[in-house]
Amino acid sequence: MLPNEIYEILRSEFGDAVIELDNKLQGDPFISIIPAKLFEICHTLRDKEEFLFDYLMCISSLDLNENIGVVYHLYSMNYKHKIVIKTIVPKADPKVPSVELIWRSADWHEREAYDMIGVVFEGHHNMIRILCPYDWEGHPLRKDYQPPEYYHDMKVS
Amino acid sequence: MGLLNRLDDPYNGGEVVLGKIEDVLNWGRSKSDWYLHFGLACCAIEFMAMNASHFDFMRFGTIPRTSPRQADFIMITGTVTLKMAERIKILYEQMAEPRYVISVGSCSNCGGPYWEHGYHVLKGVDRIIPVDVYIPGCPPRPEAFHEGMIQLQKKINHQAIFTKRKKLDAGEIK
Repeated sequence: MLPNEIYEILRSEFGDAVIELDNKLQGDPFISIIPAKLFEICHTLRDKEEFLFDYLMCISSLDLNENIGVVYHLYSMNYKHKIVIKTIVPKADPKVPSVELIWRSADWHEREAYDMIGVVFEGHHNMIRILCPYDWEGHPLRKDYQPPEYYHDMKVS
Repeated sequence: MGLLNRLDDPYNGGEVVLGKIEDVLNWGRSKSDWYLHFGLACCAIEFMAMNASHFDFMRFGTIPRTSPRQADFIMITGTVTLKMAERIKILYEQMAEPRYVISVGSCSNCGGPYWEHGYHVLKGVDRIIPVDVYIPGCPPRPEAFHEGMIQLQKKINHQAIFTKRKKLDAGEIK
């Protein structure tokens, strides 16, 4: 199935929650959706007969200066098609529904997105840091991150 | 080593070898150093290659031990993150004296390729534990590991137990 067919079916089912299919840039075309309906749309993507996206390949998060984007790469083992889903949330309040109950691999991917950029996934059962130590301050992969001078009496710089 | 040369030359009435106690003890300690099995990153892969049959690290008498209580020295091979640094300090303090540390590779010598932007990398393991031998390289060749081990053996051979000896610089150890 091609991305624009997937977009048409999603659009007819969810209306304005599915914003647009963006294929202007070189690379995979992606579908932007609003974060409030993310859980239902992902559930449809996994279970609907035409889609069957049962493999969440990757969750990435982006730091777009005032906003934060979350990108999901999905793959279907049955039909062997792929799609990219993107949501954008404001940086002041970065809350996105968690898709951990749909795809189990989202568990650690969401913890990493929280650790590195600071996106809080609501509904996650264990939203703590995964790579940095548990008492680390700040989110390292943000563009305006300054590393600390000392951590536990060890000089960092 | 002068001790082994004398074994070919027995005295009358039996084979008696005379030597200094310090030499004998240092010879025993330097030729059968047991190391703590500790590998972190890419230098550990090079370390595994060195332990294999082509370069054979164990011919120096070094056997890997899994517990720090049974180890003589530790080879810090690989990048030391701040999370790992606390554990390394605990392991180092659990080792019994006399203990030595060999720092292998750029990352544990000085932070390596992460010296500038690595927010979570400890810039050199000598910020937390005292290091005896530094082996430079990224990763060092197995022959460089051998050179480091031989340097450590020379350092151990020079150690004094009963009388205080003058501390030597790195270039003076023969």
